[in-house]
Amino acid sequence: MTALLARLPRLPERLGRSLGPLVFLLPMLLVFGLFSWWPIVRSFVMSVQQTNMVTPATYVGLDNFRAVLDDPLLTTAVQNTAWFAVLALVIGYPVPLILAVVMSDVRRARGLYSLLAYLPVVVPPAVAVLLWRFFYDAEPTGVFNTILGWFGLGPVPWLEDASWAMPSLVLEATWAAAGGTVIIYLAALVSVPPELYDAAEADGAGILAKVWHVTLPHLRSIMLITLILQIIGTSQVFLEPYLFTDGGPDNATLTVLLLVYNYAFANTTGGDYGKATALSLMLAAALALMSVVYFRVTRSWSE
Amino acid sequence: MRNHRRRGLTALATIASLASVSLLAAACGSDEDTKSDGKTTITVEGWRPGDEQGTIDAVKKQADAFMKDHPDIVVKPIEWEWNAETFSTQLAGNQLPTTFRVPFTDTKGLAERQQIADVTQYVNELPYAEDFNPSVLAAAQGTDGKIYGLPTDVYGVGLHYNRDLFEQAGLDPDSPPTTWDEVRSDAQAIADKTGKAGYAQMSTNNTGGWMLTTLTYALGGRMESDDGATATIDNDATAQGLQMLHDMRWTDESMGKNTNYEWAPINEAFAAGKVGMYMSGSDVYNALVTTNQVDPDSYGLAVLPLSDSPDAGILGGGSVAAVSAKATPAEQEAAVQWNDFYREAKNYDPDRAVADAEVLKASDQPIGTPTLPIFDETTWQSVQDAIKPYVNVPLDQMTSFTDGVFDQTLVPEPPAHTQEVYGILDSVVQKVLTDENADIDSLLSDANDQAQALLG
Repeated sequence: MTALLARLPRLPERLGRSLGPLVFLLPMLLVFGLFSWWPIVRSFVMSVQQTNMVTPATYVGLDNFRAVLDDPLLTTAVQNTAWFAVLALVIGYPVPLILAVVMSDVRRARGLYSLLAYLPVVVPPAVAVLLWRFFYDAEPTGVFNTILGWFGLGPVPWLEDASWAMPSLVLEATWAAAGGTVIIYLAALVSVPPELYDAAEADGAGILAKVWHVTLPHLRSIMLITLILQIIGTSQVFLEPYLFTDGGPDNATLTVLLLVYNYAFANTTGGDYGKATALSLMLAAALALMSVVYFRVTRSWSE
Repeated sequence: MRNHRRRGLTALATIASLASVSLLAAACGSDEDTKSDGKTTITVEGWRPGDEQGTIDAVKKQADAFMKDHPDIVVKPIEWEWNAETFSTQLAGNQLPTTFRVPFTDTKGLAERQQIADVTQYVNELPYAEDFNPSVLAAAQGTDGKIYGLPTDVYGVGLHYNRDLFEQAGLDPDSPPTTWDEVRSDAQAIADKTGKAGYAQMSTNNTGGWMLTTLTYALGGRMESDDGATATIDNDATAQGLQMLHDMRWTDESMGKNTNYEWAPINEAFAAGKVGMYMSGSDVYNALVTTNQVDPDSYGLAVLPLSDSPDAGILGGGSVAAVSAKATPAEQEAAVQWNDFYREAKNYDPDRAVADAEVLKASDQPIGTPTLPIFDETTWQSVQDAIKPYVNVPLDQMTSFTDGVFDQTLVPEPPAHTQEVYGILDSVVQKVLTDENADIDSLLSDANDQAQALLG
């Protein structure tokens, strides 16, 4: 197409060269424009408006931002989200790494282990949560509590207690997401030259020393990327608190994104799209800022 | 230089594509013309997601009958259920039926936000427009006094109980509890003997507040002053009710360990035989049958126990058949006529009640579930007498309610910011049910401050 356009005698050559790629880009631009950029532009507009989606919206300036900042639930939501992120970091970050390192050492049936690790990612998230809700039955007859009972532990009030609810959500989220990260680490591990392990072994290094001195340094740049991706992902946690607990008990699992959802859709505040978009934009700005700082700080480490 | 030009072109193309996209969006948003060949077409709330085929057939039959009487109106029943979370987006995206039922609690808010249509003139044309029970009609009126729909069903909250669990616990299923002390001791007996939750209470998605308000009314308290200007959440009755819930949950351990319930899940748990007693609207039996396939023999309905307080009463609620704000005047008129035909006339005219019962009977739907009068008690009684031969719900297992409810005072829901106040109360109920050491007095005083901030 490019060549064809370029050969058209009446079109200047350079314009032809520019138009060709554009024609190919157009479908993508249209789709992105319609489903990504346009909603982003609209959310900027809505954040300074009040609308009921029927009559024309009215301009309210920064009132929505002020209302969000005055909401006592915002502090709760930010704290809960941070708590989720910390727990996910402590529980969820090392798990895929350990799994990948162990799995890369396994010689037989490696495909089977990869499959088992990846399977939870294939389960539709809403189905997984509803399944785990069943596992998390707080009665002693619940699935997990029965298992704990065999060892004389529990019963644990999984989702029925303000201090247990968040760790329970993180546990499920880790189970659901670990598989994807495991695959990334496994791919990276292939690039570690096996001679390095042999050399380390010759120097008398044990398994832990090999992991510490050979494996981890090779995974460093990947680990930094998965870390920031995880932080961004956990800051936007919504599905688990929404489907497991609806933010309860007593707002113990109310996260920022669930608060956004509640502003816009829950009957409590009922259709306050202005406040919802305002908080979304604040979250986006905070995450963008955090990412920039993160990459500045870690630039020297990942070289 | 070359790079610059290319960037400029890309930007131009981007702008052009965005512009075409917005044109497209504008085109999608334009109003559809529902008046083709002189007929007005309306979509109407037909059945709930998950309803059985019989329910669907019954609505379709009624629609056919209506269209015979009104040849210039086309009625299309669709699957729909009230959901506050998706209402506004459905409205904006033209996904709402033309007419649908809205809980009493939400009507005023929707009217205030101009999301449902003012249908005063069409309602006033109906033969019974003057005969509505004023307190019921008030639920369909906005703060501006205009009418935003037809109040089509009214319920009082009752105590639903599982007769099988009563028997297994050695209790008499024909004499349900008449005081809250008996509720507590019966719940304990059920929990001890069967291992199931003797009593359960809704706690999430604003139903926690709804049911705490019910309990408060039953014990003689109120959540707001009558004019809705003052929050009165920190009253003795609410504290007493919460203390009772606390003691049942933690001292008696008669509420089970799962407390995360709202309307549909608690129905599901009850129909599955996991719950001995719970409070909900008196008309919930219909949903228990059509959606949860409850065993009719195991079902019992008792009137809610009230305290000795002169202010004690039961919380009343119901639905308003409202019309989308986007409907044209012709569609609004057609919608009100349909609601008259399908939902309202049977509450007023014994002949229409019989005709309705015939259709329900043919599709094996529940007939005769207890409701409360929308007009006066005489009208209500004449309708009940007319459909008596068709009644197929186990009314003899509901006598406690049907005999007792007319002696009780029906108290409307809190008048101002109802759902927001319920949302605040949700947290209080959840705290008491999940934290043994919850400080009820300070929870209530905090909740009262939050509610007062809303009421202004």
